[in-house]
Amino acid sequence: MGYTFQFGAVLASLDLLAKGAWLTVQLSLAAMLAGLAFGTLFAVLRSFGGRGAGIAIGAYVECIRNTPFLIQLFLIYFGLPSLGIALDPVEAALIGMSVNCAAYSTEIIRSGIMAVPRGQIEAARALAFSTTDIIRHIVLFPALRVAAPALGSQFVLVMLGSSVVSTVSAEELTAVGHVLETETFRPFEVYIIVTLIYLLIAFALKLLFAWLEQAWFSRRGRA
Amino acid sequence: MRSFGTPEFLFMLRATQWTVALSLIAYAGGGALGLVLAFMRVSGHRLANGVARAWILLFQCTPLLMLLFLVFFGLALAGHGQNAYFAVTVALSCYAGAYFGEIWRGAIEAVPQGQWQASAALGFSRAEQFRHVIVPQSLRIATPPTVGFMVQVVKNTSLASIIGFQELTQASQFVNNLTFQPISVYLVAAALYFILCFPLTLLSRRLEKRLHVDRPAPLAA
Repeated sequence: MGYTFQFGAVLASLDLLAKGAWLTVQLSLAAMLAGLAFGTLFAVLRSFGGRGAGIAIGAYVECIRNTPFLIQLFLIYFGLPSLGIALDPVEAALIGMSVNCAAYSTEIIRSGIMAVPRGQIEAARALAFSTTDIIRHIVLFPALRVAAPALGSQFVLVMLGSSVVSTVSAEELTAVGHVLETETFRPFEVYIIVTLIYLLIAFALKLLFAWLEQAWFSRRGRA
Repeated sequence: MRSFGTPEFLFMLRATQWTVALSLIAYAGGGALGLVLAFMRVSGHRLANGVARAWILLFQCTPLLMLLFLVFFGLALAGHGQNAYFAVTVALSCYAGAYFGEIWRGAIEAVPQGQWQASAALGFSRAEQFRHVIVPQSLRIATPPTVGFMVQVVKNTSLASIIGFQELTQASQFVNNLTFQPISVYLVAAALYFILCFPLTLLSRRLEKRLHVDRPAPLAA
């Protein structure tokens, strides 16, 4: 095939790509924080919060985990306005990613909670700890330590999955790729560069999570 | 304007067949590739191991959507026209292969070293050790996460809609453009995906319980 690669036109727009990548990073970090916060809350409620909360959270988790992110995003971006809630693309993307990430995090943190030995919880009860104190002082830290590696890989998946929000025209990295593709007519070169940027972000996140895990969970004694 | 009724629903149902077909193709292609990658990872051959590791890392750290675009436009450059079907098949297989490969490598390596040594001591060749001692044990370990990942594949076939392949998601977008009833249309699409995925999720969970992978098997008395 007589094709010569020309990256010049793409590299000339590196500032646009950087802007898109920055939005990708911001969206992903926000969704991770929301996912971690709500995931922890839901996992605790599901484990300690009684039947009703358990069933409601279980249904939420299963509905999200068994349907594609793309459809969830369409429901939020195209569906909510017909109920009178208009969202701009970035808001819709952020809500979609957070709702999605929280469901997966709930399940991961819950399996961390289940890994806490029952004897420790019983011992704390015998020492007259309240349920709140048990959750705070006995359960949460070891549960999160067990969950940390899986959470880290899930968060990388959330970042990679964010490429899909370009379909509702949120101007993140993939969407910038679309724009450059139509401007330069060099789709292959554009998407190679975009893919490389995703790779860089993914590696950076992996390093960050490894470092955080080390900093938070390794120096304290084993639970 | 049309409203969302039985013909539209049947149209989506027909498109669901393509979602199923794409998933099955990805299982076949990804499964074959995953086997090769898993064997390369545990072969003990440095080059093979390195290549497989790089492949898995690369495909687990790039978005599936980018992979789809690269294959889609790459094929066009190579003079094969813009063939969405072929692009989706190749991209999904490469993607699924990387994950299957990593799951199966983990399952093989989870079998205790002593099993290799014991079977070597019994005079098994390396292939026989693998075939009669290691694989039967790693199958137990590998099955639940494999079925779990199959759910991800079904959901990720939805990305094929973005490069214009007519499966369930693309069909629902089409119906939505005709009817302007996004909530009903996409809820029905979500329900159809749920019907495909949830049985697999339940199966994965049941297998996990039944095969006792979540806790060590009790020692025989």
